[in-house]
Amino acid sequence: MICDLHCHLSGVDGRTPGERIAQVIEIGDRLGIERFVFYMGYPWSQDPAPDEFRRQNDQVIEALSHWHHRAFGFAYLNPKHEEESLKELDRTVKDGPLVGVKLWVAVRCSDKRLDSIIRRAAELKAVIYQHTWLKSGGNFPGESSPLDLAELASRHPETPLICGHTGGNWEVGIRAVRPHKNVFIDTAGSDPTAGFVEMAAGELGPERIIYGSDCGGRSFASQIGKITSADIPEAARKQILAGNLRKLLFPILKAKGVRL
Amino acid sequence: MIDTNVYLSRWPTRRLPGDAAPALVEKLRTNGVTRAWAGSFDALLHRDIGGVNSRLAAECQQHGDGLLIPFGTVNPLLSDWKEDLRRCHEVHKMPGIRLHPNYHGYKFSEPAVVNLLEDAAKRNLIVQIAVRMEDPRTQHRLLTVEDVDPTPLVELLPKFPKLRVQLLNGLNVLRPDALDKLIAAGQVFVEIAALEGIGGIANLLQHVPLDRVLFGSHFPFFAWESAALKLQESELAEVQRTAIERGNAQSLVRP
Repeated sequence: MICDLHCHLSGVDGRTPGERIAQVIEIGDRLGIERFVFYMGYPWSQDPAPDEFRRQNDQVIEALSHWHHRAFGFAYLNPKHEEESLKELDRTVKDGPLVGVKLWVAVRCSDKRLDSIIRRAAELKAVIYQHTWLKSGGNFPGESSPLDLAELASRHPETPLICGHTGGNWEVGIRAVRPHKNVFIDTAGSDPTAGFVEMAAGELGPERIIYGSDCGGRSFASQIGKITSADIPEAARKQILAGNLRKLLFPILKAKGVRL
Repeated sequence: MIDTNVYLSRWPTRRLPGDAAPALVEKLRTNGVTRAWAGSFDALLHRDIGGVNSRLAAECQQHGDGLLIPFGTVNPLLSDWKEDLRRCHEVHKMPGIRLHPNYHGYKFSEPAVVNLLEDAAKRNLIVQIAVRMEDPRTQHRLLTVEDVDPTPLVELLPKFPKLRVQLLNGLNVLRPDALDKLIAAGQVFVEIAALEGIGGIANLLQHVPLDRVLFGSHFPFFAWESAALKLQESELAEVQRTAIERGNAQSLVRP
């Protein structure tokens, strides 16, 4: 079984969210992906105002409407708008169908404005995904690195956090989050450089690695290949491809009465 | 299956699974690869290119029982590069060469490069151009290298109608309109190692003729399976799959 942590509705053809998700799932089926997690609508906005992140979350909710047996969604929030983000969390997760939080590049995640969002998400058992990169040429002003996430993780040691992309520069990202046992890494959205998963499994343990693709911009194939090619035990591969995400999602799905 | 984009030796900043020739050969053979066009990572930074090419040829001969086909490198900014080209062709019997313009610091507009392409065409050598080796966002801070801009070839290639050029790792770099112009300018081929986007091969075939698309993995820098699974990710007719897996490469090497 393969569960994909990291899917988008952008970079995919289709006039409506429904057409887009159908295409993603059809192509994912060819590679045996059984569950998909979507966040953010389209077009993308790096620093969305509350109206904009609500609109994008509504696109995701619309996309999921016929696919609750295959797909889940996370709420896109912007910590610059702390109060509105908390209300959106309640609207989409507590009272809606979404099961997690996506934080992108509006505010670096070491910022204290994230704290209330992390606490509320934890109360709701929502899975928390934070984008990170550590670009050789420099990040966007509000873009987090794994070092920022490590800082956030140390303030919330009991709350599971996902380090999106493992910072892209995975050798550095893995080291940055290694001491923080509440941090999981996402393998999505970077070139399929060999050795990534082997190092992560050795340094973090396979139980802290989650497969994701970052489709539609990325290829399912290129991203799954990182895992299927890795020189690791089969049991570890299964954990990475599905088991770890299922375990993270389990508390909120159970609370919502959803079977995975 | 023919993999048109593999490398021998060591990546400068990382040990890779498969960076020793026996392991590389075993990986390729296990996955049904019968021929692999191999360059050398040493060609990026070593200045004794003749030595790099000799070692590449020797390793290809020593490992894999003919599976590895060497593609030596020529740097047209180095003195007496014509001798390197001659050896690739006449001594090592290579079917082509692999260029690294960004690591070697030249543009396609420079006279020596035009001269090199002309000589390669006369010798009937395939010219592979590595558009990118590594995502610039993940490069070591002491080894930052921009992507190659192959668009000047649009003006250049009509002068060499017999020249066969293959772009390596270019599909995540080139915009579709730029690629279309290159394909129209001459005998330009691509491979799928850096192709991204879901259903990527099917999308590519909407604007690039099937006979220009070859299989390539950029192994061992990339996970080999990442390229192979792309053949599964797109719904391909058997004729399309066969052409990409081997038919187009066979035609290219035997024009």
